[in-house]
Amino acid sequence: MFKDKDRYLSVILIMPSILAVLIFIYAFIGWSVRVSLSKWKGLTPDYTFVGLKNYLSLFSDPRFHVDIRNTLIFTGVFVLGSIVLGFLLAVMLDQGLKGEGFFRSLFLFPMAISYIVTGVVWRWLMNPATGSRISGLNLLFSYLHLDFLINKWHTTPTWGMAAIALAAIWQMSGYTMALYLAGLRAIPHELREAAQIDGANEVQIYRHIILPLLAPVTLSALIILGHMSLKVFDLIVAVAGKQLPLDVPAIYMWQTTFDGLFYGRGAAIGILLLVSVAVLIIPYIVYTQKTEVQQ
Amino acid sequence: MKTFRLGKNWLYLPLIAMAIFYLIPMYVMLVTGFKSFAEVDLQTMWNLPKGIHFDNYIEAYQHLAPSLRNSFVMVIPSAIISSLLGSLNGFILAKWKFRGADVIFPFILFGMFIPYQSILIPLVQFMRSVGLTGLLGLAIAHIIYGIPITTLTFRNYYASLPQELLEAAKMDGADMLGIYRYILLPISIPSFVVVLIWQFTSAWNDFLFAVVLTGNQDWPITVALNNMAGSQIIQWNVQMAGSLLAALPTLLVYIFLGRYFLRGLLAGSLKG
Amino acid sequence: MSNKFLYSLMAALVLTAIVLTACGAPATQAPAATEAPAATEAPAATEAPAAKEQVEVFSWWTGGGEAAGLEAMIKVFNAEYPDIEFINAAVAGGAGTNARAVLATRLQAGEPPDSWQGHAGQELIGTYVAGGQIEPLNALYEEEGWLDVMPETLIPLISDSGNIYSVPVNIHRANVLWYNPTILKENNIEVPTTMEEWFAAMDKLTAAGVTPLALGEQWTQMHLLETVLLGSLGAEAYNGLWDGTTDWSGPEVKAALDNYAKILNYTNSDAASLSWQDAAQLVVNGDAAFNVMGDWAEGYFRELGKVPMTDYGWAPVPGSVGVFQFLSDSFTLAVNAPHPEGAKAWLKIAGSKAGQEAFNPVKGSICARTDCDKTLFGEYLQSAMDDWASNVVVGSLTHGVVANDSWKSEIDTALGLFIADKNVEAFQTALAAACASSGPCK
Repeated sequence: MFKDKDRYLSVILIMPSILAVLIFIYAFIGWSVRVSLSKWKGLTPDYTFVGLKNYLSLFSDPRFHVDIRNTLIFTGVFVLGSIVLGFLLAVMLDQGLKGEGFFRSLFLFPMAISYIVTGVVWRWLMNPATGSRISGLNLLFSYLHLDFLINKWHTTPTWGMAAIALAAIWQMSGYTMALYLAGLRAIPHELREAAQIDGANEVQIYRHIILPLLAPVTLSALIILGHMSLKVFDLIVAVAGKQLPLDVPAIYMWQTTFDGLFYGRGAAIGILLLVSVAVLIIPYIVYTQKTEVQQ
Repeated sequence: MKTFRLGKNWLYLPLIAMAIFYLIPMYVMLVTGFKSFAEVDLQTMWNLPKGIHFDNYIEAYQHLAPSLRNSFVMVIPSAIISSLLGSLNGFILAKWKFRGADVIFPFILFGMFIPYQSILIPLVQFMRSVGLTGLLGLAIAHIIYGIPITTLTFRNYYASLPQELLEAAKMDGADMLGIYRYILLPISIPSFVVVLIWQFTSAWNDFLFAVVLTGNQDWPITVALNNMAGSQIIQWNVQMAGSLLAALPTLLVYIFLGRYFLRGLLAGSLKG
Repeated sequence: MSNKFLYSLMAALVLTAIVLTACGAPATQAPAATEAPAATEAPAATEAPAAKEQVEVFSWWTGGGEAAGLEAMIKVFNAEYPDIEFINAAVAGGAGTNARAVLATRLQAGEPPDSWQGHAGQELIGTYVAGGQIEPLNALYEEEGWLDVMPETLIPLISDSGNIYSVPVNIHRANVLWYNPTILKENNIEVPTTMEEWFAAMDKLTAAGVTPLALGEQWTQMHLLETVLLGSLGAEAYNGLWDGTTDWSGPEVKAALDNYAKILNYTNSDAASLSWQDAAQLVVNGDAAFNVMGDWAEGYFRELGKVPMTDYGWAPVPGSVGVFQFLSDSFTLAVNAPHPEGAKAWLKIAGSKAGQEAFNPVKGSICARTDCDKTLFGEYLQSAMDDWASNVVVGSLTHGVVANDSWKSEIDTALGLFIADKNVEAFQTALAAACASSGPCK
C-alpha cells in the first residue's frame, strides 16, 4: 500500500531522533541506575555495588513519605486545575469575541515570567499572617469583605501544597488553553453546523462532538502537565524555600545530591520518579494506541 | 446598522474575572519594579510606588543586555529545529504505520520524564568530551530534550486527522514527503504555534542546562537574571524589573505566533 | 508478531546502551583536551609564555554588596598583576547552592576552575579535601606570613592533618541577636545575656502583645538552632558536638533542644513563608523585638536606610557572650588547576591586607586578618572586629564550618521533621543518628 521508498525514508528520518534519545536519555538513565545501586557519597565517584539499599532506605524514610504525599496533592490539584481552567478559557476565546488576541496573550504571559520572580510574588501574595501584619491576598480579601477566604495558604498543615499548585496553575494554564484552542480550531465548521442542523444545542455539541474530538489534546495535556508536576522544583523552592512540609522528590533529589553529596540516594530518587511515571503513563499510552487502531 | 445583541457578549464577564486573576501577580511585579529598595516590604506590597524609579529598569537592562543576544542565538534555532523534528516524527509515527511505530513512540516519549538533575553529570561529561559546550551545546541539548514533547504533540494531532486526507493525496500520486509538504504542513500551523510557544519558552527560561553548559562569556539571560538577584541580600525591586524585561521577548513571540491560531484550516479539505 | 520482535530489539538496544555506560568508568580527572568552551580561554597549555596568563575564579558573589566587594578586590588584583586576566565565573544562589552544583559537574567532568569560593571549615574539607580536589597551601602561608596575622583559633578549623587548605577572606558572625531598641525600652527590658533572662524578656513581650522573636524559613531555623546549642551548651561542649566528645543523646543536648523548642513558641506564626530578609525586616519595622541572624543582616539594615543603635541594636545571642561563632568565605587552589600561577596570585591578593581591606567594608564583613585598618569600617563592624580579636572562636553549623555537607544535610532533614511534629525525643535520636552516619560519632 505504501511504497518501499517511503518506508525506508521514514526509518531514516526517524533514526536521528532515536539515536539522540538512546544516548541522551537511555544511556544517561543507565548511568543513573548504576549510581543508584552504589554507595557513592562525596565528590569522588564510588560505584561499589550495594544492591537496593538506597531504595529500601527511601521507602522507610519519613521525609520521602512527606514527598510522596506532597507530590500526589500537587499533581492532583495542578493537573486538574490547569486542564479545567485551560479548557474553559479556550472555549471562551473560541467564540470569536473581540479582543481575543489580547486575552490570549494575557493568559499566556505568566508562562514567560521567570520562576524566581513568580515564586517570590506568590510567596508574598500567600503570606499567612493575620491581625496587624496581614498582607498579600489575605489583606485583599479583608478589604473586599471576603474574610471567609482568608487562610494559611501554603503553610496549611498537610494540604499546603495545594496553594503552591495554585501558583503553578497561574503559570501554566495559559499553555493548556493554547493546546485546547489549537484543538478547537482544527475541528471543522461543517461538523458543528451539521449537528446544529440536527437540532443539537451548544452543550450537546460540546459533549458529544467536540470533547471526544479533543481527547488527544487532553491526553497531551495530561502527559505534559503530569510530567511537569513530577519534575517541579524551581517554583516550589522559589515560593517556599527548602522546607520539609513542602518538600517534593525533585527538591530532595537536588538537596541530597548537590548539597549533601549523597549521590547514590539522589540517583535512587530520580529513578523512582522515572519508574512512577512509567507505571502510570505507559499503560495509558498503550491503551490509547489500541483504541486508535479500532477507530 | 449593527444592533447590539447580548449574544456572546456575556462571556466578557468571566473573561475579565479571569483576567483579574492573571493580572494580580503581574500588578505586584510591575509596581515593585518601580519602587526603591527601602519600599520593598511585605506590608506595603500593594501600595503604589512613591515615585517611579526607572533606574531599576536601567540597572536591570545593563545587567541583562549582554546576555540577550546569547539567548536569542540559542533559543530560536533550537525551537524551530525541535518543532520541525517533532512534526516529522509525529507524522511518521502517526500516519506511516511501519512496523514498530507503536513501539518507537513510547520509546521516544519516555525521554520526557527524566528529571534533569539526575542526568546533569553525565550530560556535562558527554558534552565536554565531544566538545559541544557553550551555546551550541546548549541549543543541541534543548533540541534533543525537546524531541519527546514535540513528537507527542504532533503525533496526537496527526493521529486525529482522517485517513482519507492522505488516501486522496496518494491517489493523486504524492509520496510521503510530498504529502508532508503540501498537505500536512499547511494544516499543522496551530500545532506549530503551540509547540513553538512551548519550545521557545522552555529554552528561554531554562536555567539548569544553561548554567552547567555555558560560562560567563556565553550564558543566556536566565543565568544573568539569576546572578542579578545575588546570593545573600536580594534587591527585589531590580529583580522584578529585570524579570519583566527578560519576559518581553517571549511575550512578543506569543503575540506574533498568536495570529496563527487560525480557524478551519481543514475546512474544504474534505471534498467529496 | 513483528511488534514483539521490535520490542525485543528496542529492549536489547536500550540494555546495551545502559550496560555500556554503566560499565565504562567515566573519566573524573582527565585533563581537558577538548576545545575550550569559553571564547576567551586560550587552548590549554602548561606553559604559555607569549599568551596572557589567566585565572578563573568561581564564586557565588554576584549581586549587591558581595559583587561590589569582589569587584574591589579584583581591582587590587589587576593593579598588582596587570598581566593576568581575571575571569569572574560567579553563579548566584543562596549559600552557593547553584554554584556548588555547577562546580560539582565541572569537577566530575575533569575541568576545574583555578580557584573557587567555599565556606572555610568542614564544608571545604569534608567535600573537596576528601575528594582530593584542592591543594594544601602551607607553603603560601609561610611565604606570605599569614600565620602571624590569621587568628590562631581559625587555623585548625581550616586545616586537616596539619595541612591548611584555604585562604579566608572575610569573617561573619552567626550568633548575633538583633533587637529593636524602642520596643525594648517601651517594655522596660534589658538586653538579655543568659537564656533565663531571654525567656523572661520574651514572656514580657508576649504579654504586651509584641512578637518576641522574628523567624524565617527552614535554614534560618537551623541558624537559630546552632546559636541556641551554643548558648545552652557553652563553647567547649558545643565544640564537643562536632568532634565526638559531646554525647548527642545525653542530657545536656536534651536541655538545649528543650530550650530550642521553647524558643520556637515565641516566634511569628508565618515564619515558614518568610525569607531571612523578611524576618529581619520585622525588627526594624517594629513588628518584632528580636531576630537571630548573622551579621550580614546589618548590611541589609543599612541598605534599608536604618540607623545603628537607633533603629536596631545588636548583642551576642544569650548564653554566648564572649564567644564568636564565625563563618568565613575562603578561596582554594584546585588540584590540576589550568593556571596554577594565576590562582596563586589571586590567593595572595585574597589573603593580603590590601585585598581584604578593599573587600570587607563593602561586603559588610570583617577581615580574616587581624591587622586590617579599623577606621575603614562602620560602627557594628568595628565592634565585631574587637570581639573577633578577643573572644573564644567557635564555628557555625549552617554555614559549613563544623560539619561536612552530608552531616549537615542529615541534620537539616531531622530539623525539618522536628519543626513539623515538635517531638524533641525523636529529634534528638535523629541528630545522634546523623552524627553516627556522617560524623565522628560511633
